[in-house]
Amino acid sequence: MHYESPIREPLILGDKSYHDITKDVARPVETAAPRSWWIALGVSLVLFLWGVGCILYTIGTGIGVWGLNKTVGWAWDITNFVWWVGIGHAGTLISAVLLLFKQKWRMSINRSAEAMTIFSVIQAALFPGIHMGRIWLAYFVFPIPNQFGSLWVNFNSPLLWDVFAISTYFSVSVVFWYVGLIPDFAMIRDRAINPIKKHVYSVLSFGWGGKAKHWQRFEEVSLVLAGLATPLVLSVHTIVSMDFATSVIPGWHTTIFPPYFVAGAIFSGFAMVQTLLLIMRKLFKMEDYITMQHIEMMNIVIMVTGSIVGIAYITELFIAWYSGVEYEQYAFLNRATGPYAWAYWMMMSCNVFSPQFMWIKKLRTSLIFTFIISIVVNIGMWFERFVIIVTSLHRDYLPSSWAMFSPSFVDIGIFLGTIGFFFVLFLLYARTFPVIAQAELKTILKSSGENYKKLHGKDGHH
Amino acid sequence: MATTNNTIVRALYDDDDTLMSAVKEVREKGYSIEEVYTPFPVHGLDHAMGLAPTRIAIAAFMYGVLGLTTAIVMTYYMMIVDWPQNIGGKPSFTWGANMPAFVPIMFELTVFFAAHLMVWTFFAKNKLYPGAKPQNPDPRVTDDKFLMELPLSGDEEAMVSLLKETGAIEISKEEAAAH
Repeated sequence: MHYESPIREPLILGDKSYHDITKDVARPVETAAPRSWWIALGVSLVLFLWGVGCILYTIGTGIGVWGLNKTVGWAWDITNFVWWVGIGHAGTLISAVLLLFKQKWRMSINRSAEAMTIFSVIQAALFPGIHMGRIWLAYFVFPIPNQFGSLWVNFNSPLLWDVFAISTYFSVSVVFWYVGLIPDFAMIRDRAINPIKKHVYSVLSFGWGGKAKHWQRFEEVSLVLAGLATPLVLSVHTIVSMDFATSVIPGWHTTIFPPYFVAGAIFSGFAMVQTLLLIMRKLFKMEDYITMQHIEMMNIVIMVTGSIVGIAYITELFIAWYSGVEYEQYAFLNRATGPYAWAYWMMMSCNVFSPQFMWIKKLRTSLIFTFIISIVVNIGMWFERFVIIVTSLHRDYLPSSWAMFSPSFVDIGIFLGTIGFFFVLFLLYARTFPVIAQAELKTILKSSGENYKKLHGKDGHH
Repeated sequence: MATTNNTIVRALYDDDDTLMSAVKEVREKGYSIEEVYTPFPVHGLDHAMGLAPTRIAIAAFMYGVLGLTTAIVMTYYMMIVDWPQNIGGKPSFTWGANMPAFVPIMFELTVFFAAHLMVWTFFAKNKLYPGAKPQNPDPRVTDDKFLMELPLSGDEEAMVSLLKETGAIEISKEEAAAH
């Protein structure tokens, strides 16, 4: 009944029972935070507050405090926006796409990957907000008559599609995450001894009791949400790429953008999941759940999506030449050899060359190497967006207006602030939420647990 | 037959496979199962208990249709009827001609309505809301135990011994107070 082929590696190591899973998942919530957690939270909080200060300064003074100029009118703000949205994509990919493909290894990582999605989309959503300049007019993006007269939003514009895509993506990710969290909150509620804690988790768990009918609906809801989230996640970065692709700027006006952006998003998102989980599994001693096999699988995804991104880069170059459009040709020649060549080659080496090391089994099963590559990939993906945005703009049709972009301290401060904000949220999550979807994981213990797999092997029957 | 139907018998199991065979056996013997509480979704339990398939996916589909309709009506009214504009030379005389530009909005609103309204339905049907009392009578059923609830019927001793036979590790009784 619970048979799984012995060729498949166990997904849960050690001699675990259902109760052990409960204990292991509840441990970070029930024990006091170590000093390292407080230090990390302190550093993140300082960065976050610095970012808040820079944002307030921007709002109070205007976006003139950024390094933008007449030629480069979009730079770090949109780079950061696209970077953060892209990072978010891995969470939905793991929880939705892998659910539809019945990939069981997603179960011990989906909770944290989804948390990462939500927290990074929050960071992303900050940027369009503040780069409007007049944030008090932010309601202009909603389908209400502007000026409360009768001028409506423009549904022909990809920027408006973005508003709908990002808000749908964010809110659907939140409910998907929360529905999955409810049974796990109930587990923590039922173990809590401290009455305040018990009350808080009781409210969070919505009174969940694990009735058979509720589980039946729960599974159906998860499946339908996964089915909805899968095209949704593809649509989000497709629409983000259309912000560029529907314009007439050489270097942006490219039909390859939607699949290229989606692949890049998954690529950077998996790298961020690696960065976070490698630290978490170590600190929370969750090596039995987030095993070397999980890490290897994610490294393979990074390798494949990195190669897709590489093909996209090469295709772009080829099409620029093949199009015969001199502006397009110049835009790409300028990227690779112009004043921003260093950024271009940074992007190329981080995104195209570095994931190729993952072909070697020894390297993709090395924790240190994986961690380094995960950071390198995220740096590379930030540069990809910077290269696309800034190098396409900085040398426009009129050579007298050619310019360079250099970030002001406010640009840097806001970017660092979002990194701080992201980690503040993630650190708080890691100590108060069940970081592994334990109810779901228990369903595969008997088929994919190491101890049970050994038993099956011994009995020799299915 | 000292007791009537409003007494509830609770049998606690410590394994999902034991629970499954117990559910089948108890139902074969003609007892009706009121509720089963489990820490995780036990596959096939709904069939074994004879629960009807859930219709929540059908509801989600209808919510999706509602979202799509909303998007069509909204874009039609705002972009074609109320204030048609020439934006980038895109045709704004009829909704059909302008429709390709509205596909992303139509898709997003379909997903938005389907996902959110389905989850609200899920909460409402299951009576889940912030501050609701925990529905499980025993806190161990969110950890590693499985609880079967049956209304007491027939001979109490026969029932208890049947439950014991099926592998129950604990059996308790509760007079269901009028509630």
